[in-house]
Amino acid sequence: MNLAEGVQLVSTGILGVFMLAAALGVVLLSNIVYSAFLLGMVFISISGLYILLNAGFVAAAQVLVYVGAVNILILFGIMLVNKREDFKPVANAWIGKAATGAVCLGLFSLLSSMVLATPWQLSTAEPAGEAAVEIIGMHFFSDFLLPFELASVLLLMALVGAIILARREYVPDDEPENEQKVLTLRERPRELVPTGGEPSEN
Amino acid sequence: MQLEYFLILAAALFCVGIYGLVTSRNVIRVLMSIELMLNAVNLNLMAFSNYLDPAEIKGQVFAVFVITIAAAEAAVGLAIVLSIYRNRDTVDMEQFNLLKW
Repeated sequence: MNLAEGVQLVSTGILGVFMLAAALGVVLLSNIVYSAFLLGMVFISISGLYILLNAGFVAAAQVLVYVGAVNILILFGIMLVNKREDFKPVANAWIGKAATGAVCLGLFSLLSSMVLATPWQLSTAEPAGEAAVEIIGMHFFSDFLLPFELASVLLLMALVGAIILARREYVPDDEPENEQKVLTLRERPRELVPTGGEPSEN
Repeated sequence: MQLEYFLILAAALFCVGIYGLVTSRNVIRVLMSIELMLNAVNLNLMAFSNYLDPAEIKGQVFAVFVITIAAAEAAVGLAIVLSIYRNRDTVDMEQFNLLKW
């Protein structure tokens, strides 16, 4: 084992430990804001693992899309549904948790034994490395053209659908006659929320 | 031996995601667990792409597609959560009895 392989192995181990610890934190911590920030740490560790796998472009896309968009979206979601409620305890909740843990451990042992038992046919071809962006672009515009275009349509549909779902629904009781028609999405008028400073009712 | 390390890491991440998906009560944490599982799949794809198909890297193309789908899923999922929260005034999974028998 030369120096480069040793460094690669050690960084794989460190990033893997970081990723798993943060993932366990996401699932097990009780404060959801900590979970959201740990989720960002999981994404960054995974992007480091991608760099170790000779995939700089996807690592950059991972940081941009996951840390920059999805994680921020989840943080905004947490802030928008910021309700500090104590969940009612469910009777015998530990049975479900124990069963789920057993199933997950069983699945993990099954998967890892399969991974270790399979004789993988490792390729000896030269990795694409820096040319990966060009090869990915070639794939996108030749043999993966249809999925690429479908993905763009899907993103547009998700955009419109998210706006429609998250909008406050407006049910017009009586159509105002002489109001000037403007091209806006009608929304139910929002209730005034008491701001901080004055004591709230509940 | 390197490929097995990545695959086992991805399997562990996937199992953590399943555990969180089933056991958590907050809806947003369920969405985070789904993201964890999608990332585990991505890690698998990238490991296969690097060790079994390093010249044509189709795995990276698939990983980009999965990232796209995950972004769309997060947006629509959070919109659904917001709209349910507005109607039911809770984020507890146990109290959502819509679409249950």
